[in-house]
Parts: sequence; C-alpha cells; structure tokens
Amino acid sequence: MNTPLSWIKAYVPGLDCTAQEYTDAMTLSGTKVEGYTCFDADLEKIVVGKVLKVERHPDADKLVICQVQVGEAGETVQIVTGAPNVFEGAVVPVVLDGGRVAGGHNGEKTPGGIRIKKGKLRGVESFGMMCSIEELGSSREMYPDAPEEGLYIFNNNPAYTDLKIGSDAVEALGLHDVNFEYEVTSNRVDCFGVLGIAREAAATFRKEFVPPVVTETGNGEKASDYVSVEIEDTKLCSRYVGRVVKNIKIGPSPMWMQRRLAANGIRPINNIVDITNYVMEEYAQPMHAYDLDRLAGKKIIVRRAKDGEEFVTLDGQTRPVDSSMLMICDGEKAVGIAGIMGGENSKITDDVKTMLFEAACFDGTNIRLSGKKLGMRTDAAAKFEKGLDPNNAMAAMNRACQLIEELGAGEVVGGAVDVYPKPRVQKRVKFSYERTNAVLGTNLDKQTMIGYFKKIDLGYDEKTDEVIVPTWRQDVNAQCDLDEEVARFYGYDNIPATLPNGEATTGKLSFKLRIEAAARQMAEQFGFFEAQNYSFESPKVFDKLLIPQDDALRNTVVISNPLGEDYSVMRTLPLNGLLSSLATNYNRRNKNVRLYELANVYLPKSLPLANLPDERMQFVLGFYGEGDFFDLKGVVEEFLEKVGLKDILTYDPQAKKTFLHPGRQANICYQGAVIGYLGEIHPEVADRYGIGEKVYAAVLDMPQIVEKAGFDVKYTGIAKFPPVTRDISMVMKKEILAGQVEEIIRKNGGKYLEHYELFDIYEGAQIAEGCKSMAYSVSFRAQDKTLEDAEVNAAMEKILKGLKTLGIELRS
Amino acid sequence: MEKRREEHMDVRNIFLPECFGKKRTAVQKEGFFMKEKLAQLKEKALSEIMASEGLDKLNDIRVAFLGKKGELTDMLKSLKDVAPSDRPAVGQMVNEARAAIEARLEERRQAFEKKLREEKMAAETIDVTLPAKKPMLGHRHPNTIALEEVERIFVGMGYEVVEGPEVEYDYYNFEALNIPKNHPARDEQDTFYVTDNIVLRTQTSSVQAHVMEQGKLPIRIIAPGRVFRSDEVDATHSPSFHQIEGLVIDKHITFADLKGTLAEFAKELFGEETKVKFRPHHFPFTEPSAEVDVSCFKCGGKGCRFCKGSGWIEILGCGMVHPNVLKMSGIDPEQYTGFAFGVGLERIALLKYEIDDMRLLYENDVRFLRQF
Repeated sequence: MNTPLSWIKAYVPGLDCTAQEYTDAMTLSGTKVEGYTCFDADLEKIVVGKVLKVERHPDADKLVICQVQVGEAGETVQIVTGAPNVFEGAVVPVVLDGGRVAGGHNGEKTPGGIRIKKGKLRGVESFGMMCSIEELGSSREMYPDAPEEGLYIFNNNPAYTDLKIGSDAVEALGLHDVNFEYEVTSNRVDCFGVLGIAREAAATFRKEFVPPVVTETGNGEKASDYVSVEIEDTKLCSRYVGRVVKNIKIGPSPMWMQRRLAANGIRPINNIVDITNYVMEEYAQPMHAYDLDRLAGKKIIVRRAKDGEEFVTLDGQTRPVDSSMLMICDGEKAVGIAGIMGGENSKITDDVKTMLFEAACFDGTNIRLSGKKLGMRTDAAAKFEKGLDPNNAMAAMNRACQLIEELGAGEVVGGAVDVYPKPRVQKRVKFSYERTNAVLGTNLDKQTMIGYFKKIDLGYDEKTDEVIVPTWRQDVNAQCDLDEEVARFYGYDNIPATLPNGEATTGKLSFKLRIEAAARQMAEQFGFFEAQNYSFESPKVFDKLLIPQDDALRNTVVISNPLGEDYSVMRTLPLNGLLSSLATNYNRRNKNVRLYELANVYLPKSLPLANLPDERMQFVLGFYGEGDFFDLKGVVEEFLEKVGLKDILTYDPQAKKTFLHPGRQANICYQGAVIGYLGEIHPEVADRYGIGEKVYAAVLDMPQIVEKAGFDVKYTGIAKFPPVTRDISMVMKKEILAGQVEEIIRKNGGKYLEHYELFDIYEGAQIAEGCKSMAYSVSFRAQDKTLEDAEVNAAMEKILKGLKTLGIELRS
Repeated sequence: MEKRREEHMDVRNIFLPECFGKKRTAVQKEGFFMKEKLAQLKEKALSEIMASEGLDKLNDIRVAFLGKKGELTDMLKSLKDVAPSDRPAVGQMVNEARAAIEARLEERRQAFEKKLREEKMAAETIDVTLPAKKPMLGHRHPNTIALEEVERIFVGMGYEVVEGPEVEYDYYNFEALNIPKNHPARDEQDTFYVTDNIVLRTQTSSVQAHVMEQGKLPIRIIAPGRVFRSDEVDATHSPSFHQIEGLVIDKHITFADLKGTLAEFAKELFGEETKVKFRPHHFPFTEPSAEVDVSCFKCGGKGCRFCKGSGWIEILGCGMVHPNVLKMSGIDPEQYTGFAFGVGLERIALLKYEIDDMRLLYENDVRFLRQF
C-alpha cells in the first residue's frame, strides 16, 4: 500500500518528522515502511513564472525566445524553449539558472536530477527552463490536467487561482510530499486504509489522531423509498448498506483528491468513481456505485449465482460464475459479482442520474476463493479477502455521501437502507499485565500498558480487567495479542536480551544425520563434489532412463498444481538430477567431474496417495573422466566400512537396472539385503543426457545403512604370531566370478583364514579359449600360536576341494 | 662396515690385560725403541689420515694400522720384547696411539660423510615453485556449509537437530500452526498440493507439531530441511529451497530469551560486531511475532549496495509460540511458553558467500562448487 505523507498528516496534524524518522519509527511499531519516494528530491529553484513575450528564434524553426516573469516584482529572464504549447500569458513552472529538475520530458528520471545552467541555444542566451510535469518527476497519472506534450500550464485551473508569480511552483503542485510504501500484514485489515495507518502513526509519535468528522448528510427523502435490499445468504454477506444519490453531476474530482488517489496508485476518473475509490483507500472499505435507473424492480438481492451462469463484468468480459459465488442482483438479474466487480449492465455512465451506493461486508474467504476461480483480484477483492469490519461499512458510506455533497457531485437522499442481521460487537479480552511481563521478559507497570492500549483506541475495564477491543481490530482476540500491542509500543528494542536458563538439554545431531555427515566426508575425500537438485522432475525422466512402462518407479507422488510438467512429479530415483548436473559440467567442458548428492526419493505406499510417501534418503555418486567401476566400488566399500558395515559385501550382477550397462552393474548386498547398486550408466542413457564419456554411478539406500550402521569400534590387538601365506593360481571358465571364488575361500578357509587377495588375473596366450587364470594369495593366522604347516594345508585342501566344485583347476 | 668392525675388535682383544701377564721376559732397552717407534707410527698414521681422500682410503688406512696385520698391531705383538717394568707405560702409549688414530679416523669419516651428503643434497635441489600435487578432494555444497555452521552454533547451545517429512499433511503444515483452512496465508505461501490434505511443506515450521506431540519437555530443537513454494525460478527465487526452524519450549521462556538467543546466533554467524534489530511482524503461529534484521556485515551498517543502502539485512522471522499452537499439540500454555524462528538457508548462503544468483546453487557446476 502506498500513501503520501500529506494524507497521513491530514489526520495527524502534529506529525513532524523526516521521511527517514517516519520510516524507522513506523517500522519499529509494526507498520513496516518498505521505502519512500520524495517527490521533490531532485527539484530545486523552481518557481511559478509567467510568459510575457514569445518571439521566433532567428536560427531555429522549432525554438522560440520567451521573456518570462519569475518574480512578484516583475523580474524577468530570457528562456529559449522548444515546447509546442507555450503562449504569451502562460503561467508555468520555471527552473531558474542553477536549479535542478528530476528528469527529461520523456518521463525518464535521471538519478540525482539534471542541473539547469544558463547557456546558449543556437546562439541565443537562455537563463533557465520552463518545465513539463515529467521534468518535475511526476506524470499525467497524478496530474491528468497536464498536456500530453509540452509545458505544464497553471492557467485556467481553479486549483491555482491564488497563485503568485515567483512563488514556489513545487509547493503549488503539492510536490513537497513523500510517498511511503507500506507492507501491511494480512492480520491488520484496518491498516489497508489510510485512517488505520494514521491511527498507528499518531500512537507511534504520541500525537493526536484526528479522523475526519462526518456530518449528517441527505435531503428530506428516504433511501428506502428508492430501493429495497434483501440478503439471501447472510453467511456470505453480513451487512449491506445502500444509499441513494440523485441529480448526479459527473465531472472531474478536485486536484487534491486526484493527487492522493494517484499517489496511492489509483487513476482518477471522475468525481463519483474517485469518491468511491477515495473512501476505499481512506476507510479500507470498498464501495460500488450502480445506476439505480438500470436496476430492475428497484431492488437488491444478495444471493449465490446459479451453476452454469455467465456474467458480463463492467470491463466487458464474460465470466462464468457458479453457485459458490455471491452475486448482487436486482429484481431480475445479476448486476455485480459481490466484492469483486460490478456488472456492465448496471455501471454508471456519464449520463447517470440516480445511483445506488453500496458499502457491504462480504465473507473474506468466499471472496478470495471466488476471485481465484475467476482469476480476478481487484482492489476491492484484495481488501474484502482480509475479512472486513461490518461496522466500518456505514461509516465509510456516510463519509462518501459527505464527499458527494462537499464536491457538489449530486444530491444525497436521506437515510440508508441497512441490512445487518447480526451486528458485530466489541470484544472483551481478559488481560493480565503480569502475564505480559512474564512473556516479554519485561517489568512494566500496568498503567503504562493501558496507556499504550488507549493510544490505539483499545479500551480498558478496570472492574473486570478486560480490554475492550474495537471491531476493526479483529486480530486482537487473546492475551497474547495484547502482549504484542505492549511489545510494539514499548519497543522491541527496549525489551532486554537474555538467554533461556531452564533445564539443560544435550545438543546433538540425530544418528541419521551423523551417517550422512560421514557419507559427505567420504565422498569428498574421494574427489566427489556435493550437488543439490530439485526433488521434483518431469515424468519424462523415466523414458530418458529407459525405465519400463510397468516399473514401480513410475508410481510417483504427483503435484496437482506444479509449475510445469518439468517439475510435476516427486523423484523416485535420484539419478536424473545427478546425470543432469554431470551433463551441465560436461557441456561446460569441465574435465573429470565427480558429483554426489544426498537426495530424498519419495515412494508412494499406495496410489492414489492416502498417506505420506516413504521418504528415503539416497546417497548417490556419479562421475565421468578418470576412474572406472572399481574406483567407485572402492568408494562405496570405504564408506560402508567407515560407518560400521564391516561384514562381507557381495555383489550381484543380476541387478537388472535398465539404465545401467547390462554387463557392468551390480546390486550391493549386505547381510542378505540389497542396500544399493552401482554400475556404468547405459551408453544410450549417457547419450540422451549428452555426456560423451563413460559415466559411472552408485546409489546407496541410506535408511537400510543407517539401520545397520554404528560407530562402535573395539580394539582387537595387533597379531603377535606370524601369518602363513599361500598362493593359489587357478584356471577357470571366464564366467566364473571372483565373488564366487572368494565365497569358497571364505566358506572353506577355516577359522584361521585371515585375508585373501587377488593378485593376478589373466586371459590370453597359454590359457585355453573361454578361460581365464586368477591368482590369489591367502593368509592364515592364529591369535595364540604360530600355525603349523599341517593346519594350513588342511585349510588349503578344503579351499581347493571347494574350488573344484566350480570346475576350477589349479594352474600347473 | 661389517669387516671394519671385526678388525676393530681384534685390536681391542689384543690389549686385554691377560695378554701382558703371560710374557715377562723382555729386554729393557726394547722399551725405549718402542716408544720412539710408536710416536713415529702415530704421526705417520695421523698425517696419512689427514691426507686421505674418500671413505675407501680411510678404510685402507685403518686396516694398514689397526688391522690384524696392521703396523700398530705388529708393534703390539713385539711388546713381549719390552722389559716387564716398561710394559705398562709402553702399553699405555700403544693405547693412546690407537685412541688418537681412531679418533682422527672418526673425525675424518664424519667430515667425509658430511661432505658426501652435502654434495648429494646439492644435486637433489628442486624447483620449489613447480606446481603442487593436490589430492583430488571434493567440496561441500555451500548450502551444506552454511547449514553446518548454523547447526554448530545451536548444537553448542544445547539444541537437538531433528527432521520432518517434506511431503507433509496439510495439518502439520497449516492447521497445527494456527492457519485454518481458507486462511489467506495459505495463498500467500503458494502451496504445492498433492492431494486435498497432503502438500509439499511450505515451511519447516511443520516440524514443530511433530516434536511437540512427542510430549517430551523441555524442547530445544532446530529442524533444517527442504521446503517448496510455487515460485518461478529466477535469481532470487526457487520453487525448492531450505529453511531451518528453531523451537524452544520450557517454563518461563520469554521474548527477551528469543532476542538474546538470536543476537547470539547472529554474532556467531556474521561476526562479533553484528547488531540485530527486531521489527514487529505477523505470523499466524507466533504472537508476538518479529522479523529480524542484522547490521550489514559488508558495510557495518553504514549502507551499501549489498544492504540496498539501509545498513540492515533481513534474515529471519520469529516470535513467541502462539498459545493455540501449544494447545493443539497438547502443551498447556499456562505452564509453558516458547519461541520459534525460521531462517532461510539459501539466504544465509547467498549473503555469507556473496553469491549473486540463486540458480548457481542448483546447477552444480564444479567451478562454482570448488570455491567453497
């Protein structure tokens, strides 16, 4: 919300502070000022001047030489201008030699303004500049009387009748003003109006608040003779006030009103529309005007629309409406969408004679939902949405009628039609000043607190210890709300800063987070950079990853209102983000890129989703460039060992991941469970991501790892007795896996088996076709003695026997 | 080496006192010649040692004088010819000569070795300005670094770090936070919906009710995590970002405690000189509520491009937990009070590391990540 300081000062006459002081103080008392614009920031030495004489420039067709009176006593200066609308007798703003204007005549402001100095234009001396409204940093929005092109002319405008030549033109234009931009929180409905902000300003600066005095208006007639009002749905419309104005004289509204509206961001139109908007800004109560002669049956009925109905709003658009929306209707038809926009069929035109003024109170939620459905958020709707005070409706209505009379815009008919089935009454909120002190950590006395309340019109009942809350403060409902009122007027600054001193608690990370920290550390140690990717992605990802149509991974948590298809499903596997990030790096020619991510996947337990999906943290690593499958396998194993998964890991090549190379993938198995997988990304997938190198990736399912992990370490002693090491060199079918050989060594190696290690693998000359040779060194050790040859031989026998069952032969 | 040690042993054995006692029938005058000869021998040995070049030569000299068949050893053998009365004196002279020769040998050996080492080192000189061999280390994401920083501060103050679901029931994200159905705040937050009652959480405040429902008091937690809002991607917005929620509930917790805690946090995070400013604000789940600004750590509060000239930077929202929120989660607001705060993690990362475009955080370009 934007409002000029002059408008606030109209209700807080004692206010005297700089723009910055105002900003700081209001922000600290709870009315946040986002920023401000001083209209006169770059305006200097600008006076009202009168053009006495206009002569042709000898050397330029488009320039004229003017003698301009710039002082009351008759001082004149010579100014050369190219303005098309200059004439002898014109009264205009003139910037004198050495003065400053805000910008060029094209409306673009120059930071710091433009200094005007005397100079020669095509050889003729000029001692200043006559100004357009744009050069004064303003616009035709605020000054509709300004010409589209050329100088701003004061002549013939009744607002400037007493203008003195040589006086301050900026003052005359009302530009010694500051426009403040407020961020009003949704709970302070009252502060969406100038009066609400003024009340806060008065309390903040401890000045008197002087709201407009609304006098009785209206002729001897009765509004109820002109129109009747009926509310069918009193839940959605708690009050409807109607008043009638006849003999309407449409014309422009006065300059001051136009300027205030323009400063608030509302375009002035005519006196009736402007009064409607002015009161909406002042009282935060939207109003609407209907052409009464166009209302059938001189009747207003507030009811819901019918499903399938269409309605033409006053902007000429046809809108579909339904039974969830509230309509304002006459005896025959709908004439407005309640609280959102009036209808084409009843809008006032330049030849309106009699009108119905409406100030109503509609249910905020309903207005918001209807607005959303219609895709309309008018100024009125934005205010209604917050939930307005029905008691304000009558006050605003009377103010509007007063303005009608004051501006001579019409004849107000006496009385009002007011349908208000359940008047809202003031709340009474139990108050304990001790509690306020206890919550704030302050030590204020009761009278101080009550003093704060009084400044913002919160009453106090000494007998019952209750605060009486005016109906416009719908946000004050309980003690805690009063705590805040005290806090903000005492000043958040003044509340002390202490530390909680209750029972001590242990600061710690959850075990899961500690395992994740270990994962990060390990990945980084091996050169992997941490990536972060979005949790939602496109369902097309599954095709990109060659996931079969019927795969469970395609069962996703789907966002019903996504930003677009690309962000519409929650990931069920973490590879797309990582591969996309690797691709980004590849495209940017980064070499040897290793990335990892700790990424949640979201697996629905059932579809449609009835309860929350299973969120599983995945530790995913991927790289291209230096390294291969076994490097990645090493990282996985180091990590698992680090977090205490010290049993044997096995690898099952039958992982059947469609997105991995069929001959280079494996499930990672631990204690009989698959805890992850790794492999080379399928070359076709890598192609689709545009990565022109081999890509390897590993995915570990952290919940399973966390369950099995631990940081417990027990020292086992350093072996005192020497190991006995035997080498076995074998020839076997190519298909036999090292894992199978190792399983036999493990199973048959006996209790003294300590370690085994592959030290040679070979295919080719001297080895039969379809076979390979592998050589392991196997060591045995006892903790309590030096092993006898016989013991080792026995163990080796067993191993060799086992190997034979796989058809493995010793190499001679 | 091995050989030299043996010879040395030989010499010493010969000087064992038992050797003297066996032969007592020597001629007196032999003693005088022996002395003379010894002196000459010693001089000769010493000068040869001095003149020697290289360790090999030195060893030759050792063998020549002190070896089994060395000159000094020979002289020792002829000790039997010395008059018994002179023998102790001559014996001592032999010992002295031997010690002198050995000492000189050792001295020379050390000198030679030193020289050799020096020559070797001189040849080994490297260009220390050649490039370093760096191990290929990975780098952490700036979000994580900032988070760990925040966690460190609060864990130090006795806070437990907990988590909650990212896909969340409407109840925890809104209702339990005093945001009833149809509350305008639900619009302002631009929620992603999955079903009517399941959303992508819009705030980590959703963790509050989960923690409170467990019924363990007092509560002192922070809950970091991903949140989602329907914002189009640009330099300052992302539909997915991170927050850190803080919640403290205990008897006698005050707004002053909230101020003190966050002032402490800001100083730890942004530096000892940092000042904080609390401004009234509105959140449905706290009352009183505040927004917190910190003095601009770039300009120290004077006003710069970084803080848009104001000298202050907004970093978080906070307040006293609304009694309704406590009640809904089964905590008696008459007995317990609490405060809560929510910090945007990306905001901290962007500020602290002066990153000017939020999109960089999700591109994962290693040239970006390497800088942290």
